[in-house]
Amino acid sequence: MHISGALKTLSTTFLVLTGHYLYGQQPGHDTLRLDSARVRTLQNVTISAPEYKEVIPSQKLSGDQLKNLNSFSVADAIRYFAGVQVKDYGGIGGLKTVDMRSMGTNHMGVFYDGIQLGNAQNGQIDLGKFSMDNMESISLYNGQKSDIFQPAKDYGSSGTIYLRSRKPVFDSQKTTNFKGVLKTGSFDLIDPSVLIEHRLSKSLSYSFSSEYIYASGRYPFRYRRVLPGTKTVAYDTTAIRENGDIHALRLESGVYGNIRHGFWQAKAYFYDSEKGIPGAVVNNVWRNPQRQWDRNFFLQGSFQKNSVNGHGVQVNAKYASDEMRYLSPGPDELHIDNSFHQQEWYTSVANKYSLSRAIDVDLSTDLQYNSLASNLEGFIYPRRLTALIALAGAAQLGKFKMQASLLGTFVNEGVKRGLTATGEAAVAAPAKHEFTPAIFLSYRPFEQNDFSLRAFYKDIFRMPTFNDLYYTDVGNIRLEPEYTRQYNLGFTYRKNRKGAVLSEWQLQTDAYYNQVTNKIVAVPRGSGMYRWMMMNLGYAEIRGIDAVSDFAFSLPGNLQLNVRASYTYQKAQDFSRRQNPLLEGLSYGGQIPHIPWHSGSLISGIRYRSWQLNYSYIYIGQRYDNSANIAENYQQPWYTHDLSASKAIRLKGYRVKISGEVNNLMNQDYEVVLNYPMPKRNYKLILSVEL
Amino acid sequence: MRKLHLILLVLLAVSCRKDVELFKTGETVVDKPADDGFSGFYLLNEGSMGSNKSTLDYYDFSRGVYQRNIYGMVNPAVPKELGDAGNDLAIYGGRLYAVINVSNKVEVMEARTARRIGQIEIPNCRYIKFDKGFAYVTSYAGPVEVNPDYTQKGYVAKIDTATLKVVDQCVVGYQPDCLEIVDGKIYVVNSGGYMGGGSTNKYERTVSVIDLATFREEKKIDVAYNLHHIRADKRGGLWVTSRGDYKASPSRLYFIDKTLQKVTDTLPVAVSNYYLDDDLLYLYSTEWSYVTYSNVITYGIVDTKTHQVISRVLITDGTDKQIEIPYGIMVHPVTKDIYITEAGNYVSPGLLYCFNKEGKKKWVVRTGDVPGHFALLPK
Repeated sequence: MHISGALKTLSTTFLVLTGHYLYGQQPGHDTLRLDSARVRTLQNVTISAPEYKEVIPSQKLSGDQLKNLNSFSVADAIRYFAGVQVKDYGGIGGLKTVDMRSMGTNHMGVFYDGIQLGNAQNGQIDLGKFSMDNMESISLYNGQKSDIFQPAKDYGSSGTIYLRSRKPVFDSQKTTNFKGVLKTGSFDLIDPSVLIEHRLSKSLSYSFSSEYIYASGRYPFRYRRVLPGTKTVAYDTTAIRENGDIHALRLESGVYGNIRHGFWQAKAYFYDSEKGIPGAVVNNVWRNPQRQWDRNFFLQGSFQKNSVNGHGVQVNAKYASDEMRYLSPGPDELHIDNSFHQQEWYTSVANKYSLSRAIDVDLSTDLQYNSLASNLEGFIYPRRLTALIALAGAAQLGKFKMQASLLGTFVNEGVKRGLTATGEAAVAAPAKHEFTPAIFLSYRPFEQNDFSLRAFYKDIFRMPTFNDLYYTDVGNIRLEPEYTRQYNLGFTYRKNRKGAVLSEWQLQTDAYYNQVTNKIVAVPRGSGMYRWMMMNLGYAEIRGIDAVSDFAFSLPGNLQLNVRASYTYQKAQDFSRRQNPLLEGLSYGGQIPHIPWHSGSLISGIRYRSWQLNYSYIYIGQRYDNSANIAENYQQPWYTHDLSASKAIRLKGYRVKISGEVNNLMNQDYEVVLNYPMPKRNYKLILSVEL
Repeated sequence: MRKLHLILLVLLAVSCRKDVELFKTGETVVDKPADDGFSGFYLLNEGSMGSNKSTLDYYDFSRGVYQRNIYGMVNPAVPKELGDAGNDLAIYGGRLYAVINVSNKVEVMEARTARRIGQIEIPNCRYIKFDKGFAYVTSYAGPVEVNPDYTQKGYVAKIDTATLKVVDQCVVGYQPDCLEIVDGKIYVVNSGGYMGGGSTNKYERTVSVIDLATFREEKKIDVAYNLHHIRADKRGGLWVTSRGDYKASPSRLYFIDKTLQKVTDTLPVAVSNYYLDDDLLYLYSTEWSYVTYSNVITYGIVDTKTHQVISRVLITDGTDKQIEIPYGIMVHPVTKDIYITEAGNYVSPGLLYCFNKEGKKKWVVRTGDVPGHFALLPK
């Protein structure tokens, strides 16, 4: 692979910066005082530090609120955020992807314990794979995270989700934590998990967690249609969803260390699954035979030394290996047996300098190498080297806070001939470099009121995926990146009312305008059905409002009630030009597929001593499965009510919790994705024991 | 607490949603009533794979009315309507047959009303032809061999149209597509379309000849890579199209002499689809250009008697410049009006254009998704 001069410079910068850290650090002095600060840092290292108030619209679910949600996977929990649409193919093993503010799944960055989860092959992160079992918090940022002390990659998406797994925290004298959970219920679910945390020394702890999931994935679904006008039943069919089974094993282990003024951690993650792909339910086909195997492994480490003498450094590194096998067994449909193996090497150094008490700057440099191999016929083995360099600044000037960043991205690609026939060209996409800015402002006009205004502008892009560029017969190496431009204006208001029934409430609302240009779309190519070429032809504009409000009620009789409500309005329009003016007339300005104009959610929990009762609700309004917003493409609104109750018991030093859940209480038949029916009413029973 | 009650009440109140209705048939007046020997024609929309949006449209000549999506309202009791990925349509013996590929069936309806009679189960079915009370349907889903790679030949199913039962099967080549019946022989084109994506020489390049009496494959005629259509002209000469390998070998039109049973002529025109009317073969072609990174669309007429390309134009009023992907083609045997469908981007509604014999647009109407296959309904 040819590495351009710019890249060489960058790698040199990278090495210099790393070296600077390795040899340039001076031991600190004030041990005791900083020690306590360090412990606090460790506990709060999740998401942004509390003292620096967010300048960027964000939403977070954590602690009890997250635990009490009737969510099986991370994707289930993300549905409660405003401005987010989850594409859910149904069932425990079904693919679940997230789209933020209608810019497309590929514009979303997902970070697991601080480092991004990659998928250079198709850009999609299946959030259905990430269990809630071990999750401590889920945060969502529009634009990017407020904290500038972060890797360059954290600046590189239109929106980001940060998943934070549980970290060891020990009560006073304890050195070991144990937790065992067993979940069972509908879909023949059996889901045992264990967590062990051990304190090795004052500054070193260790954790291990494992989970096994089996579900048959069988559930009844129903299609019922009535005749227009008379409303008499046309057909009413109930069937069982088949081939939705999943067997999955997750092993996760981490080492967490504290050092003077900082911390480090290392983590290994392994996920192995086999599942059925239930497929679309179409006329005369009630069962599909396709299977998928996934084996994901990653090893990652972080090191952070906080600001001493105005300089802090953060180092991150990761290796990831993702294997996937897809089997369409035949004989009734096309036989496919393809395996893919992706590998990623990643390393990052971030340096933060405090120029004054009010101004911080950050320089981050990342290097990443991706490769993809496959047994697919005609496959070209692509490799990509990405260098990212981010320069960011944060300032607090009286009532103003601001953050600005500039990200430089340098991409070089190479290909190796795989199973292509001789004589065919295997050519890599040309090198690319992009510079993208972002600016965030926050203004708090009143001293006595917790009210602030905020605004941001961000330019960013997503690279075409390996599939977009190189997939046999479909890929197009001429593809340019797909750009997004975001404008956001919003406010937050928080009110504390000690002693009142409504003891605390807050509201945050943002209005936004996004443009997606150079959108990568599949264009029919030549004669014959299902032959495509990826092209930069689409253009979309999204206008929307996100609103989230939290209420805390202190009711008489020791009752504590918490309510969170969210609402999203999106006018997400497809303004792609078409060659045929009549066809353009059908889709131009139409709402983007699967994006509802109105959606919302509600979470509420009421606690009485050791009892907890939760109710949650999701509403997805009408939408279309195609930009041609005609009756044939109309999709009904759907909404689900979920209930759960739990009781905590102390038993000889064990903390036992028993919960029961009912999901889709009203037994609604609905689809998120056309022809992928979702489960009707279903149940879960959870027993957890902690020591 | 009152607030909570209120919220819950509101939520429960909005929890009643309307029943989902079947699609109403849409009617559009597009032309003056006409009486030219046919009642009308059906148009089968394929729908993109997995969408279950294969639909049936009908044009009524006597009223000049285009009816969109008629199957559901005529057959409301059929769960999930017509099905997924329609691939061929034909009328035989007062019945309308729709080959629905992903739904693994041939839907059998009354030709006058589109009322369902029944269905024939054939996995991965492709095209249909008839002879003496039997229907012959090609399918990709023949016997599997693993040696060491997985391969699967296709077959032709023989169906008794009286009982709608498959009575016999004849294995042919890989991924057989269109078929034609002439003088006691079935000619089936083999495409190898699943095999050749990686390397050209894995495409099939033959036409299988099946003897109707024994229903066994007699021989294979070598033609070209990746064959698609076959149709006989008035004299029984067979016109075969190849898709080519989308790389070095382009799409072409071949002529097989039925007596010599071999290719005797190759016409230097690319053909994606065609329609034979009287002695004329109306064709169009869509080819991808790696120079302009766009589709190059051409039209033409071949005289089947002289084997000459007599015209490279079908549309004369400039409408051709707007059509993104021509997909289905038919010529009215009496008026010589030319019908061409526009499939657009394969995932959204298409259009049906009607041109007069001079190639001037008469009308255009919106269809279902991926309109592709016509069947003329005689009076």
